[in-house]
Amino acid sequence: MRTREELQRISMSLEEYELAKSMLGREPNDLELGMIAVMWSEHCGYKHSKKTLKLFPTTGPYVLQGPGENAGVIKLDEELALAMKMESHNHPSAIEPYQGAATGVGGIVRDILAMGARPIALLDSLRFGLLDNSRTRYLFSGVVSGIAGYGNCIGVPTVGGELAFEKPYTENPLVNVMCIGLLKGKPKSGKAIGVGNSLVLVGASTGRDGIHGATFASLELTSESIERRPAVQAGDPFMEKLLIEAVLEALEKSDAIIGIQDMGAAGITSSSVEMANRGGVGVEIEVTKVPQRERGMTPEEIMLSESQERMLLCVKRGREEEIRPIFEKWGLNFAIIGHVIEEKIVRVKEKDKIVGELPIDLLTEKVPAYDLITREPEKLKELQVIRDIPKIEKYEEIFLRLLGSPNCSSSSWVYEQYDHMVETNTVSIGSGASILRVKGKSYLLGITTDGEGRYCYLDPYLGGMMAVAESARNLVCIGAEPLAITDCLNFGNPEDPEIAWYFVETVKGMSECAKRLNIPVISGNVSFYNESEKYTVYPTPIVGMVGKIESIDIICTPEFKEEGDIIYILGEPGNLGGSLFIEELLGEVKGKPSFDLELEVKLEALLLKAIKGKLIKSAQDVSRGGLAVALAECSIWGNLGIDINIDAEKSIEEILFGEAQPVVIITINPSKEKEIEQFFKDIPIKKIGKVVKNSFTVRINNNKVIDLDVETLKKEWRSGIEKWMK
Amino acid sequence: MGVGRVSFGIVVFPGTNCDRDCYYVIRDILNQPVRFIWHKDNDLKGIDCIVLPGGFSYGDYLRAGAIARFSPIMSNVREFAEKGGLVIGICNGFQILTEAGLLPGALGRNKTLRFICRYVNLIIERNDTPFTSEFKNGEIVRMPIAHNEGNYYIDELSKVKNLVVLRYYGENPNGALDNIAGIINERGNVFGLMPHPERCSEKVLGSEDGLRIFKSIVRSL
Repeated sequence: MRTREELQRISMSLEEYELAKSMLGREPNDLELGMIAVMWSEHCGYKHSKKTLKLFPTTGPYVLQGPGENAGVIKLDEELALAMKMESHNHPSAIEPYQGAATGVGGIVRDILAMGARPIALLDSLRFGLLDNSRTRYLFSGVVSGIAGYGNCIGVPTVGGELAFEKPYTENPLVNVMCIGLLKGKPKSGKAIGVGNSLVLVGASTGRDGIHGATFASLELTSESIERRPAVQAGDPFMEKLLIEAVLEALEKSDAIIGIQDMGAAGITSSSVEMANRGGVGVEIEVTKVPQRERGMTPEEIMLSESQERMLLCVKRGREEEIRPIFEKWGLNFAIIGHVIEEKIVRVKEKDKIVGELPIDLLTEKVPAYDLITREPEKLKELQVIRDIPKIEKYEEIFLRLLGSPNCSSSSWVYEQYDHMVETNTVSIGSGASILRVKGKSYLLGITTDGEGRYCYLDPYLGGMMAVAESARNLVCIGAEPLAITDCLNFGNPEDPEIAWYFVETVKGMSECAKRLNIPVISGNVSFYNESEKYTVYPTPIVGMVGKIESIDIICTPEFKEEGDIIYILGEPGNLGGSLFIEELLGEVKGKPSFDLELEVKLEALLLKAIKGKLIKSAQDVSRGGLAVALAECSIWGNLGIDINIDAEKSIEEILFGEAQPVVIITINPSKEKEIEQFFKDIPIKKIGKVVKNSFTVRINNNKVIDLDVETLKKEWRSGIEKWMK
Repeated sequence: MGVGRVSFGIVVFPGTNCDRDCYYVIRDILNQPVRFIWHKDNDLKGIDCIVLPGGFSYGDYLRAGAIARFSPIMSNVREFAEKGGLVIGICNGFQILTEAGLLPGALGRNKTLRFICRYVNLIIERNDTPFTSEFKNGEIVRMPIAHNEGNYYIDELSKVKNLVVLRYYGENPNGALDNIAGIINERGNVFGLMPHPERCSEKVLGSEDGLRIFKSIVRSL
């Protein structure tokens, strides 16, 4: 019999324990209970999200692998395929920012590697509290150096992502890491098949680090969490680099590897059980065969350790020695720790003694899936109303404040710490979606991550749609056709009906938009319990998206290109709901965001066609900080000014700082005015002015509201983060 | 391009990560023969120029290049250099060359104590070397840097007075003494530099200044 307290330590309820016991038909021993607890944890078992995630569209003509494997895979051409996946490492990063973030990178890279792909790029979506808080600065700089320390060493460029600072993330930052990789031929699978075939553990030795990391990630953060620092793993990027090269070399030289699986959360337990489940077989593990770096480890510790830089292979019996020399050349362990058995169980042995035995389905298919109890928060209606907007005396002042705020300003302080050029494929980063070339191919790749917690907090359905739409729009703006989505859904405790409501509404919104734009969700991850005693994070879906640009000559970038070019806006700017402007002025997030899905579909189709037809010289999506900030960025990046006038019925605040979507700024050669207006006649299009040398002049209804020079904008924009991090 | 065929050998330590980038430039852009040399091998037959590329040779947890200098291949590299063969060390390769004593000085942590990856401006101080003949003296070029430890230091600056080939121009990103970004040995056949020429050898990547270093090597042989 177990006590409630005993079970709570491993994030299991008494009810779940009783259920597991009745399914097993006996009391599990300590080892078995530990294995059940990790596999039934939210982190591994997706108990509260499984049913909702079925809403996502997951198929498409070029999808080679949808959700369910280590990563999703799409076909790029007859030769190449692309693997992609995003994952969160929020909890570990809240406790130990450097290692938490570093091991997040390590894990996602191995997911891509497990598909047989060479990792070619990383992106990071980060959320922190406000920078005036010293712990936030500690977490922020720790996370950034952790990503840099790991990513730079393994030689995979970190080419993008985004960053936001909002109070609800103060104690629970979000660290979402995305990786993409390229592979030739058929993607590999994380499955074990063929009775008698070997299970081989490759990579690092196993220690006591990270035991119960998966259950730790399935609890809210409390002041006691800090004492669970041992649940955070430590990373060794050099070992990971060796693992990447060894695995790729082994896959290239031998076809004896049938299955390959990352060993991440819940260590040997989850990797072996997942492989068995995918292959419809059982596995037997002999724990003393596992290379250990500490003495006296118990079978439970070995089965649950989350030591990093390890992978599990299923290798054809009798052909192990073909592969062993490759791993030994790279100085890595190559240990046969078990084999495939017919009976669908996981049997753990210590030498000849059976120390645990559990049915595979008890740990996989039969993990309880809960129906969420949802309730719309009562306070929401109140939140959606903006009562008094303080009178603005000087628009220039608030404009510069927004431009120089860490949420809008340059993130060079961050990305200059990342090696974003290694592999020599990086064509463009730092403005909108990132662009990578593919050696030997005429097409290029566009990649982006997006997701605004503010919008979802005020209207999760709309916010969910906007996360998908903004990613797609960012890709379209560079001339890329969106292909597939990977996502990370970051929420609080799903057992709270209001949070559950936010979760379900957000996923519904994302699914609706993904369906309309015809972009499948091929992989992803859910992170719940992102809350502390003081705060619950904003409901934050992060969308990672990859697109294809047909050829180098149709790449479109956001910066202004030439004096005299004509500036147009597509869509209808306005609406202060959920804007940074309101947050800056009122100190809180308020209002109802606005988004037009029908317009989005039309706008993206037309814009992509126009870019491919070379009608457009620059394109920039309007998001955080509204039209004024978006125009400023185009000026700063292009080192050119603007002279514009916007005739509008809406207020000056709404036009300048509203964040209604979709809105896109484009520039064209003056000779193409008629052509462009005709081309976009089915959607709102408005000519607002022209590109000039270095003054930044904005009039609304012919009243000058901003009159600055580009140098002033640059100064504010560049120092936004740096001024806090000196 | 290039008159003759110059055979390049790229040394691969376990944690080297710019090996394939250099390989691509030499084979696909420069159209010259090139092969990888695993750090435990010692066959340098037929090689005209050895490249020690960037990366984290052995994880560099201790000090960049501190372990790599003991790698078996390094005694071959030393012998090769003593016979007058051309050796170029890029970034981590430069760090290894200083650790191995093939180039004077040392490379310490950046003054910011952070990794820096971005384009910098450089001035060509000497074009009379086999690595820089395609440049003009005093010419300003752009190349990217990407390192934690690029802060060049030497106890007496006079020792390298005439050996400086590249200097940071305008802004000094890492605190390097006398803005030193690249130096050559007395004999003029071993060259180390912090910037990554292989990352700026194609127009699509934003600059072709780096290619001129590889072209200079080909022209000199």
